[in-house]
Amino acid sequence: MTDKTNWDWETKEKQISDLNEWKSSYNWVEEPYASPDGEKIAAIVNTDDMEFNVCENSKAWEIEEPFEKAYSLRYSPDGRLIVLAAADDEWKTVVDGKPWETIFDFLWDLRFSKDGKAIAVATQTDGEYCMAVNDVPWKDSYSFITCMTLSDDGKNSGSVVQTINLGQAEVFKFQKGAFSAAVNGVPWDTNFVNVWNMAFNADGSKLAAEVRLNLYDYTIAVDGKAWNSIYGCVWEPIFHPNTNSVIAPVKVKDGWTLAQDDNILWDSRFAQVWHQMVSRQSDKIAAIAATSYGKWTVAVDGKPWDITFGDMVTDAVFSPDGTQIACIGTDSGKYTICNDGKAWDIKCDMVWKPVFSPDGSKIAAKIDKNGKRTIAVNGKLWNKMCDEVWEPVFSPDGSKILCRSVEDGKYYRRVIPVSEF
Amino acid sequence: MNSFNSIYNFVSGPLVWLAFIVFIGGSIYRIRNLIILVNKKERFIYTYMSLKYSLRSISHWIVPFATISWRTRPVMTITTFIFHAGLVIMPFFLSAHVIMFHNAWGFSWGSLPEGFTDAVTLIVIICCVIFLLRRVALRDVKFLTDASDYAVLLIAAAPFITGFLAYHNFGSYHFWIILHILSGEIMLVAIPFTKLRHMLYAVFTRAYIGSEFGKIRHARDW
Amino acid sequence: MALPYIEYEKNIIDEGLETGMKNLTQERIDKALAKVLDGETGAKLKAYVDTCVHCGLCSDACHMYLSTKRDPTLTPAGKVKRSLSVLLENRGNITPEIIKKVSIVASTECNLCKRCVHYCPFGIDIAYMMSVVRRICHLCGVTPLYIQDTAHSHAVTQNQMWVKEDEWIDTLQWQEEDAREEIPDCRIPLDKEGADFMYSVIGPEPKFLAQLLYQTAIIFNTAGLNWTMPSCPGWDNSDMAMFTGDSEIMGRNKRFHYEAAQRLKVKRIVMGECGHAFRSVWDMGNRWLGWGMPPVPMVHAIEFYYDLLKSGKIKVKEKYKKSVTLHDPCNTIRGMGLHEKARYVVNELCENFIEMHPNREHNYCCNAGGGVINCGPPFKKKRVATNRIKAQQIADTGAEILITPCHNCHSGMEDIIGDYGVGMHVKFINDIMYEVMEKPEIE
Repeated sequence: MTDKTNWDWETKEKQISDLNEWKSSYNWVEEPYASPDGEKIAAIVNTDDMEFNVCENSKAWEIEEPFEKAYSLRYSPDGRLIVLAAADDEWKTVVDGKPWETIFDFLWDLRFSKDGKAIAVATQTDGEYCMAVNDVPWKDSYSFITCMTLSDDGKNSGSVVQTINLGQAEVFKFQKGAFSAAVNGVPWDTNFVNVWNMAFNADGSKLAAEVRLNLYDYTIAVDGKAWNSIYGCVWEPIFHPNTNSVIAPVKVKDGWTLAQDDNILWDSRFAQVWHQMVSRQSDKIAAIAATSYGKWTVAVDGKPWDITFGDMVTDAVFSPDGTQIACIGTDSGKYTICNDGKAWDIKCDMVWKPVFSPDGSKIAAKIDKNGKRTIAVNGKLWNKMCDEVWEPVFSPDGSKILCRSVEDGKYYRRVIPVSEF
Repeated sequence: MNSFNSIYNFVSGPLVWLAFIVFIGGSIYRIRNLIILVNKKERFIYTYMSLKYSLRSISHWIVPFATISWRTRPVMTITTFIFHAGLVIMPFFLSAHVIMFHNAWGFSWGSLPEGFTDAVTLIVIICCVIFLLRRVALRDVKFLTDASDYAVLLIAAAPFITGFLAYHNFGSYHFWIILHILSGEIMLVAIPFTKLRHMLYAVFTRAYIGSEFGKIRHARDW
Repeated sequence: MALPYIEYEKNIIDEGLETGMKNLTQERIDKALAKVLDGETGAKLKAYVDTCVHCGLCSDACHMYLSTKRDPTLTPAGKVKRSLSVLLENRGNITPEIIKKVSIVASTECNLCKRCVHYCPFGIDIAYMMSVVRRICHLCGVTPLYIQDTAHSHAVTQNQMWVKEDEWIDTLQWQEEDAREEIPDCRIPLDKEGADFMYSVIGPEPKFLAQLLYQTAIIFNTAGLNWTMPSCPGWDNSDMAMFTGDSEIMGRNKRFHYEAAQRLKVKRIVMGECGHAFRSVWDMGNRWLGWGMPPVPMVHAIEFYYDLLKSGKIKVKEKYKKSVTLHDPCNTIRGMGLHEKARYVVNELCENFIEMHPNREHNYCCNAGGGVINCGPPFKKKRVATNRIKAQQIADTGAEILITPCHNCHSGMEDIIGDYGVGMHVKFINDIMYEVMEKPEIE
């Protein structure tokens, strides 16, 4: 996790940059991104015909030659600024204005380790595909990769890889299995008809994935070995952080439920179960679930909340101590936050993932109401309606909230006591 | 004569009861099973059902020529509407039926003139003949038709044919009247157990598709 | 002028069906039948099977029947008799050969267009019954080769055309670059979180029809909308798995699609001019996943264009001169009732609009949808031959241009126009809107 203690939690308000000025300096300014600590704001800018750069706090990067293309601008959790950029059809990962040495024909799928120290991208060169982490590409490459993943510590990367080439419409060859998973470029020994969404365990030593064994039998494979049971369908597995067991949603005869290491974990059955999560602190296992058709909720250890939402439930998260859960619930196109089965009164046009305060007593979230962006804490709106805000961050002691916002084109960093909400 | 009376009493007494019990019981059983199945496997149907759009759909389909289908095959449309109307009206408003009902239960309602019901009976029989001819002569319908379709048509036509022959004393009245009652009872019993159960299901299938088209698809279904 | 009837080979050899049949075991057949008939289906199928009285009123609904001198085997109920009824009545004695035969009926002789719903007094949904048969055939592994390959593409790449992840982004960037010739600051914003719209397309757009992406970028930029496209899988809304009966892959694809939108926090998804994809996102894939309705509001291009024109966000510079007629695709008309909006859009864009008859919900099917065109070359001639009525219908309008706001319809119409010699060009609304709209002045 990012250490936030060194951030400026004292200065109440800083105007960091006036984006209006950027707009007059460049042909156009793409959507800006604020750094995690709020001290910086950056955007891809167009400087000339087919010439791009990155501007951070009003200052363009000093680069040898302008980018012909640039996209996927993001701040890493540790506050570095990364963009995927190309010149002369050579793609580079550029970190704080400095390109990686390795050049590729294409780059995409930028992702970070939890602390941001590892930066991973998917790469293609001469039609060969692999991942690259911190400027080091895999030794082996493949004709196809998908479902890229990076372990939390950034030490291991994995993806689905195609291990057997398929000609046009070779459906029966396909059905014998031509796909596998690769960890740091090394494929499993086993091929499957399909491999999808995968996850590393806490120390990155094990990899679990969804697999399809033929056209209709699904199961979970861990390090290339499929579970014995066959399911009607499965969704993304995760590892229990404390026990190293694998937990995945599985479709059995009478509905969806969770399985743990190939044993059915929950007695209850649902119309849908996915996005399961485990709290390292409380050992509770929860998942987004539909109790029946169009009735979405969160189930904790197999027991659903009483409240249900008609459209969907997304972005569920445990409180730091693992005793509470917050999520986004949507009904008739209106979004709200729901905490342990109790929904906020405010209804919004969009809500971002809820953020718990360190002690779990407060929940904050970025929201969109009537086309304006603001922050809400425990159901109460901030008094400013902004053009843009970024997701709120609690101070380590939980007493303050970092609010990053754009108002009238000006980017502000504010530290606001929670009591003011 | 005695033997006629005892047979008549039997078919118009206990057998009527039996027929109604089987008809009502069977119908309830069929519909109950359908609902159980929905609850068990297709609960999503409830999400999309709408009374408004069910009625919108049904109201179009019970009016002759109100749907593109009815307009496309006018002979069939006229035939089927008259046939089904006759099927509903005759058992309740034929004077002989009303009198029988009065004798059994002590109350009655108005009945239609005999000449009229006689004509309707004949028309219904003609409708059945048209149905039969369709099955024989139209290539598309013929391809679909199997033996059970003829059987069902016969079951539906029989009460009218026998009733008509009885009324007109064609040959033995006694013979035809017993056959008439029997055929009516067979028809009742057959409803839940043959294709005649479209009588039970039609309202549900129509309501469901009407709801899907109205509520979800925002389109007509006629 | 009456168009000719085209003869076609009835005994079509398809490698997917033949090899699938050879690989098929009795055990697998029994398992598939049990899974679908005893497990997955319920009251709906039972009520439909029990209610149909074989009246033949549905015959006149079907373009195949009407196109083939009234071939009685090609009526909707006739196809049920030759597929589902065979399976139901002979259960226990179903051979691989039978599975192949019913697969041909269900996969290549029905477009699941639901026109027959308008003809059946009981509202029997024959498309649903055909889908049940396709599901059984999928579980038996007996499906036409080309559509099966497409379903595999969906399974691997989450798109219809084996488009790799970098190829997708590269294509968008290339179209964006080209579009800057017209609008210098034109953008196709990738992964822009919190945009108002996510635009999603079908696999063939980046693969073969990239100009549609270009034109759409011009439309979005001209209208000044806050939009985005996902750089990750989930950008493709199409769904041939839905048509092969691979419900699990259908669900998986729709999950990718909607979760891309959820992750990007967009308020609505706008999709291009595709019909079957609309069916998949509107009432098929979402339902399989347990979403009552689309979890993120989903707008078809027709509705989107309607809003743009109605609100004045897109203005017409000069109306399109050539005479046009409009084909009503099943999935957006019988599937969503967008026929009046489509007419508003066409009338706003074009000077001379000629109706074809019948139209709106009663329009004849293109004979390409329902995955039929995706069964590929082996079935092309049959597909064209069994849609003479459509060729006749459009020829009778005398229009120069046929507008079809659906990809499958579009390709199917091009085939019948070519083979029947109907002198007409097929266009998307997108093509015409791009051509006639006011664009920003270049300084």
